[in-house]
Amino acid sequence: MAEAVEPVKRYNIRMAGIGGQGVVTASHIVSNGVVISGGFSSLVPFFGSEKRNAPVESYVRISNSTIYEIGEIIFPNVLMIFHPSVITLGKSYTMPFYTGLKQNGIILINSRTPIPFTPDEERELEEKEARIYYLPATEMANDLAKTELATNMAMCGAISGIFGLPDAKSLAESVKDRFIGKGIVTSGGTAALDSAIEKKFAKKQKLLEANQKVLDGAIQYTIDQGWSEVEQPAKSTA
Amino acid sequence: MANVVGSSVCRTAVDEGKPADWVPGGEKQTAVDPMKMFHELPREQLFITGSEAARESMRRANIDIAIAYPITPQSESMQQAGYLYDEGYIKEYYRAEEEIGTFSAISGASRAGVRSLTATSGPGLMRGMEAISSWPGARTPIIMLNMCRVINTPLAIQPDNIEMSFMLNTGILMLHAENQQDFYDFPLAAICASEQVDVTLPAVVSVDGFFCTHARGPVKVTPEEYKLPPRDGWRSAVPAMDNENPPARISRDAPIQKSNFISYHMHSSWQQEVFAAVERSAKYFRKYLGSLVEVVNPGAEDFIVASGCAVSQAREAVRQEGEKGRKVGLVKIKTIRPFPTEEIYEAVKDAKRILIPEFNQAGWLHKEVCSVLYGRTKGVIKNGPRVYGGMTMPTEMILEWLEEFRKEVK
Repeated sequence: MAEAVEPVKRYNIRMAGIGGQGVVTASHIVSNGVVISGGFSSLVPFFGSEKRNAPVESYVRISNSTIYEIGEIIFPNVLMIFHPSVITLGKSYTMPFYTGLKQNGIILINSRTPIPFTPDEERELEEKEARIYYLPATEMANDLAKTELATNMAMCGAISGIFGLPDAKSLAESVKDRFIGKGIVTSGGTAALDSAIEKKFAKKQKLLEANQKVLDGAIQYTIDQGWSEVEQPAKSTA
Repeated sequence: MANVVGSSVCRTAVDEGKPADWVPGGEKQTAVDPMKMFHELPREQLFITGSEAARESMRRANIDIAIAYPITPQSESMQQAGYLYDEGYIKEYYRAEEEIGTFSAISGASRAGVRSLTATSGPGLMRGMEAISSWPGARTPIIMLNMCRVINTPLAIQPDNIEMSFMLNTGILMLHAENQQDFYDFPLAAICASEQVDVTLPAVVSVDGFFCTHARGPVKVTPEEYKLPPRDGWRSAVPAMDNENPPARISRDAPIQKSNFISYHMHSSWQQEVFAAVERSAKYFRKYLGSLVEVVNPGAEDFIVASGCAVSQAREAVRQEGEKGRKVGLVKIKTIRPFPTEEIYEAVKDAKRILIPEFNQAGWLHKEVCSVLYGRTKGVIKNGPRVYGGMTMPTEMILEWLEEFRKEVK
């Protein structure tokens, strides 16, 4: 009997934020998590000369089969906005921020309150039938990890909660890879940041625990909000 | 003769501030036959960036000396090379003053008979072009990694492979890596081909910066306890520089340096020999890489011919067309020099439409392909599609061009 061929599934995520928030790191963590869980993934970051507060984008492809494409994702079906100023101040390589978003795509925005869009933006987002989710990622990072540096963890957790890929366990494994274990090379700048975080937490283990709290919190938040795309939502590990 | 067998290590544990029983990583590796390394050793799949793939390649390449000057997006790979130096996999490594200095120094290193590696990106390559274009005539096997970057004003750090066009006629062996896997495999193959007696030429492996260097992808690597055999400086078309009997002769052949009538003939025959050596390298690349091209869907009416990242985008276009029941062929060109003239002709001789997607404005690959197919095939060769300035070519763009092409050429 011929084996049923599973249709190709593909999530193309465009992440946008500002320098220092860990956007590139987040893309490595999500992508690595997908690979750990047995899926296929690739990523590419996009930034200018590295500096704080400058626009940063990073692109992650997630699939259940081999991925050939490389480079920027021009037509994403998922957008992750790490900072409201990407939208309100236009701190982005892509203007307006939803350019190229496919029909019925998901926009995850780090903001406690809805962003006031212009009438044109509002109309275009409605035409695209975009689903806009607001996640208080910075507040979660401050509450649970006592530092806004964990904002990217909340964003990663939310992706796991929404798509179930990477699953929560693989995501936790990926974060561990980033800070201990094999290590993930993101950029020279992150090495300096690492030592800054390490001083704050004294021990990497504590850093991991704090990050895990934020991941779990964000996963739970997406489940509570009913954003999950999978029949069986990812379970929080807490 | 310095280090002809490529194995004498001058670094001691004390020099390096290491424990007394420190052994350089390279000393713990076993040299294996290149064919065994490329085709027989088991491989483990890693999920790493292109810069890390370059590191793993360098780890196994038995590099004697690396010299580089940092430039985005090359810096991260050469930062990784620093770790290899620290671990003792690269015997000597330093940051030169700038690119002319870098590429002059690495040329001297190669003349001394040791395996020499450098790396750069767009503007750095252009700055060092004078020194680079002197390498082939000096018959210096050097491996250069080139992480492509925009060279024009306005300044940008994004990938655009126009700089490759400046090297086409230098006599350098040129490979164009598609992805992280190629950026691991190609440098090893290029080193082995470049050091053959009947080749003795520098080689550059180019890759589209960021899209490959800073992006993660699957890379299958051989066990790290194996390395390439060392360079044998005496096994060369011209002798290595004798550093132990001064004065070292800087010039390859004194009469060539003089502007008299005889020297023109000597110089022209010298150049002929360089470009003949480029062609002779093809047989080694066929051995090490399996082939100079990869052909997908042979015999198709529509063909895409591409190199570098454009191949990846084309693969996805081929896949999506396949889902719709349309067969589209693809030729991936691995070696730009030697240019696989006959392989390309064989693959596309019956094609009706040929599309050449590129990541540069000039369309240098289009010109290369046209020059080898002119008068030999009936297929229409499309002048594009192209993106440049660091842009990505979306698969959708290739698909749109294909659709239009089919309407134009029935």
